[in-house]
Amino acid sequence: MPPSPCALCHTNRALILRPKDHSKLCRQCFLTTFETEIHHTITSTSLFTRGEKIAIGASGGKDSTVLASVLKTLNERYDYGVELVLLSIDEGIKGYRDDSLETVKRNAQQYGMELTILGYDELYGWTMDQVVEQVGKKGNCTYCGVFRRQALDRGAARLGVRHVVTGHNADDVAETVVLRGDLPRLSRTTSIVTSTPSILTTHTNIKRSKPLKYAYEKEIVLYAHHKQLDYFSTECIYSPEAFRGSARALIKNLERVRPSAILDVVRSGEDMAKLVPGSDEGCGGTCSSSVPVAEEEEGGCGNANANGRTAGGEMASIEQHLAQSEVAAEHNLEVEVTTSSVNGAQNGSVPFTSGKKGRKNKAQPVPLRKLPKQVMGQCKICGYLSSQEVCKACMLLDGLNKNRPRNTIELGYEGQKKDQSINGVASGIEKLAVNGV
Amino acid sequence: MAASKEDDTISITVEFSGGLEMLFSNERKLPLSIPAKDDTGARTNVAYLVNYLCENAMKDPKKELFVLDGTVRPGILVLINDADWELEGEEKYEVQEGDNILFVSTLHGG
Repeated sequence: MPPSPCALCHTNRALILRPKDHSKLCRQCFLTTFETEIHHTITSTSLFTRGEKIAIGASGGKDSTVLASVLKTLNERYDYGVELVLLSIDEGIKGYRDDSLETVKRNAQQYGMELTILGYDELYGWTMDQVVEQVGKKGNCTYCGVFRRQALDRGAARLGVRHVVTGHNADDVAETVVLRGDLPRLSRTTSIVTSTPSILTTHTNIKRSKPLKYAYEKEIVLYAHHKQLDYFSTECIYSPEAFRGSARALIKNLERVRPSAILDVVRSGEDMAKLVPGSDEGCGGTCSSSVPVAEEEEGGCGNANANGRTAGGEMASIEQHLAQSEVAAEHNLEVEVTTSSVNGAQNGSVPFTSGKKGRKNKAQPVPLRKLPKQVMGQCKICGYLSSQEVCKACMLLDGLNKNRPRNTIELGYEGQKKDQSINGVASGIEKLAVNGV
Repeated sequence: MAASKEDDTISITVEFSGGLEMLFSNERKLPLSIPAKDDTGARTNVAYLVNYLCENAMKDPKKELFVLDGTVRPGILVLINDADWELEGEEKYEVQEGDNILFVSTLHGG
């Protein structure tokens, strides 16, 4: 094939075929176009505010590395006036996270950003290596996902940051849309912004956003390649090759057949999400009828193992939401909800029931059914936002800690891991004290 | 490099990144000398190269992580001299002396 010229500058040789529109671009035009589109996403959704301090959830992988690089570029080019810092979570997985954290440390220097690393051991008293030692390699992704979700929020609170950006890309969002049948989550998955009211600093919302949500994974990898970014890529040793036979494979196959399919799925997800009453899209994520997002967002590590697995009790919450939807249907509320702006972040807190005041008042002889809906509360152990008495992380930790003394005594006989057995004994004592009261 | 080359082989560089190198004994860069023509006498193309890599360079038995249904697994990008292989004719691209062919996985996480 004869080399084609770039569709934009018409001079350089095209090296990139864009998946979304099949345009052929040269290296420089591609890099600029990619950056400009992210800029457009940021400005059209008013994602950032001047003076804001923003933590980039950084893993050292391609997505977060590209995110950090692009945000630094855009912040300088368009003078957003935001302060960018890196926040990394150390799950405590030897041979995986310790290597990728080295990449993050280099990135911190390359981009001149402050870096904070927060470890699971520090937060929860358990590293993932220790968790796997105890629970085995099945189900450990659940622990990791639940722990990570809180860890980013806690890290942000510690840094005094109220906005965390993550590197979720269009493929991630599309995968989750395909994977997740339940509507409430669809909204959080597709919404560019979600917020987690945090208890760590009272009355503070920690906003989460994904500026790369319309960016193809392919283009992210190409951007990293053509900009020669330093990123780390490997599989987590506890969920190797999770992409096999997964929704991820489906997405990639779709892309091969029709590259625009990924964005189509993302858009469909957004459209469907708008039909869900009480969703983030509908009410800006802060109204009381929305289920707290604290524990329920994406699995985090972006693989099918973690995403596909769902904890018990979830069916119940789906049912609750279906019930909520039915009620909404009775009151003809969908229309109002769907017409609300996509720009969820700016909608303020309008409860969905107030969407159509006039109609609501005259056509409601029956008072609103008391719904068994989830209410935001606080975990009675750690204080983290939770719809249950005890948050998922504390439930998982409780299970781990209950088993620890027995486990550590065995280890103690072998004379290993002294520090671990001390921890175990300590938590055992706490348990006894509680029981004794 | 053309000076010492035999007529029936071509020298190229194959690179792996994005986690794909793990399937190739962690080699990120592989200088290769491959036959200039395949068994039928046709000039060596990328399809031939991919098959050649599976048989000669890949120690890892998990071939399906590289090749699926007879072609490069969806989610793996192929860059021929830094250009997307879709611009070059994909598998039908005839490999030239001195080519740099890069396989990048987008499937691996960080």
